[in-house]
Amino acid sequence: MPGLEDLYREIILDHYKNPRNRGQLEVPPAVRADGHNPLCGDEITVYVELDGDRVARVAIDGQGCSISQSSASMMSQAMTGRTTDEARALLHRFKHMMSIADHDHSDEPGEEVPLGDLEALQGVVKFPVRIKCAVLAWNTLAQALDSAAS
Amino acid sequence: MSAIDVDTLIQDFPLLSAAPEDGRRLIYLDSANTSQKPFHVIEAMDRFLRESYGPINRSAYRLAAAATDAYEGARHRVARFINAASADEIVFTRNATDALNLFAQSWSRAHLRRGDVVVLSHMEHHANIVPWQMMHDEIGIELRWIPLTDDGQLDLADLDDLLDGASVLAVTAMSNVLGTINPVTELCTRARAAGAITMVDACQSVPHGPTDVQAWGADLCAFSSHKMLGPTGLGVLWGRAEILEALPPMIGGGNMIDDVRLDGYSCAPVPTRFEAGTGQLVEAVGLNAAIDYLDTLGMDRVRDHERELTRYAIDALTAAFGDDITIHGPSDPDLRGGVLSFAFRDLHPHDVSQILDEYRVCVRAGHHCAKPLMRILEANATVRASLYIYNSPDDIDVLVEALSSAGDIFGF
Repeated sequence: MPGLEDLYREIILDHYKNPRNRGQLEVPPAVRADGHNPLCGDEITVYVELDGDRVARVAIDGQGCSISQSSASMMSQAMTGRTTDEARALLHRFKHMMSIADHDHSDEPGEEVPLGDLEALQGVVKFPVRIKCAVLAWNTLAQALDSAAS
Repeated sequence: MSAIDVDTLIQDFPLLSAAPEDGRRLIYLDSANTSQKPFHVIEAMDRFLRESYGPINRSAYRLAAAATDAYEGARHRVARFINAASADEIVFTRNATDALNLFAQSWSRAHLRRGDVVVLSHMEHHANIVPWQMMHDEIGIELRWIPLTDDGQLDLADLDDLLDGASVLAVTAMSNVLGTINPVTELCTRARAAGAITMVDACQSVPHGPTDVQAWGADLCAFSSHKMLGPTGLGVLWGRAEILEALPPMIGGGNMIDDVRLDGYSCAPVPTRFEAGTGQLVEAVGLNAAIDYLDTLGMDRVRDHERELTRYAIDALTAAFGDDITIHGPSDPDLRGGVLSFAFRDLHPHDVSQILDEYRVCVRAGHHCAKPLMRILEANATVRASLYIYNSPDDIDVLVEALSSAGDIFGF
């Protein structure tokens, strides 16, 4: 099944079966945001703890399909250690890869923040109904960053 | 009574008999969601649009009279199909949700007061929950709930207590998640004894077996055209004449009036008073053709076909996957319709549905518009395979093959 191989890459299945940074963080110092997909019932909670301007820790709680869970796991790894500006730049790049218009940015995303393993999620674009699954954690992280900034 | 010959019948359904893609034919297991259409329905609507289309209830010329006859003919056809006492008891609505809302909202506002009781069940579709919750918020009616047994049937042990002092019982004839067929006649009898009127959500039952609303002893029921081979955009509210007479219309406008003056209006008789604006004429013609198709098959044969196919499916899935599959609802096919919601290993329903799609197997993954029930099942979502007249044991065999492949991909 060539189409499915694009979707269910080995690295995605690995993150699904062995999710990184699962759990909860104490609020405060962390901030939390909840996201859900009303179509499929997937629910996710993202915790972000900042150290100054830097993302010190990310934790993911909730449940969902392989795409939403692996995307959340990979995101938690990719975000840890970045400045909030870098985190937002990566968010912008990821949503661009998912073919989603980002109203905060009219420009093409820069390449200064590498996608790394996240490129494995590119195959999701061929399955439009699953794009919402892939970006759920990212939109929830954006909420968490917004509430940390305010 | 001979069994339905699916190989022959499927030739009536353009989508199901289309040439295979990549060697795979379409296997449609989502009829509890919406059904496929035979060319009889497609061509009846097409022919009507080409040859007889005109306004209804408006004009004196012959074309308009013929169009009105077609619309009213469909109303009579529906009445006969469910054994209503009269075609005047059939209201055409936009869909079944519209019919359920018309009754819940209009009846509550006209006849219920703060503290009056409406009894629902834990297996209701959102369309038979949310309108009542809106009336709870607006009027202060009390909602009571019939719980479920462990195998997904209504737990009627405390029904008399629940019905004590109740004004309305609104309950589904068949669960769209569990497949459970409820004892509608018993429910209506006991509700009547308690002084409550009954609304039966018949969306999942009318397409799949014989319906006799008078034998039920119900006061109202609702169902949709698109789940029974007919077009979208059309639902049916049946109500006993005296109930409909006491139900105020919710939408005002043309068609539904008897007279309009600057200082007020008077309504047309039932059922026209509930059909404001231009009705779903073409859709009614399509539903008429769909009912002709189903009646030619015979609703007893439809029920027998689905019961035996459900038995085959439960046996095949259990034999192939054992404890790796959990099929919700009663295990006895005599107690259920052809709706199979299940959990498969630890796989998320979206992933299962995605992999099944590669085999061109169409199933629904999600909460099926019954979130209170999903919480009772402790599932955020299930996979649901639902059967109809055009499904065969071959379809079930491909479902089993595709599920095996899903297990392989995830290595569970």
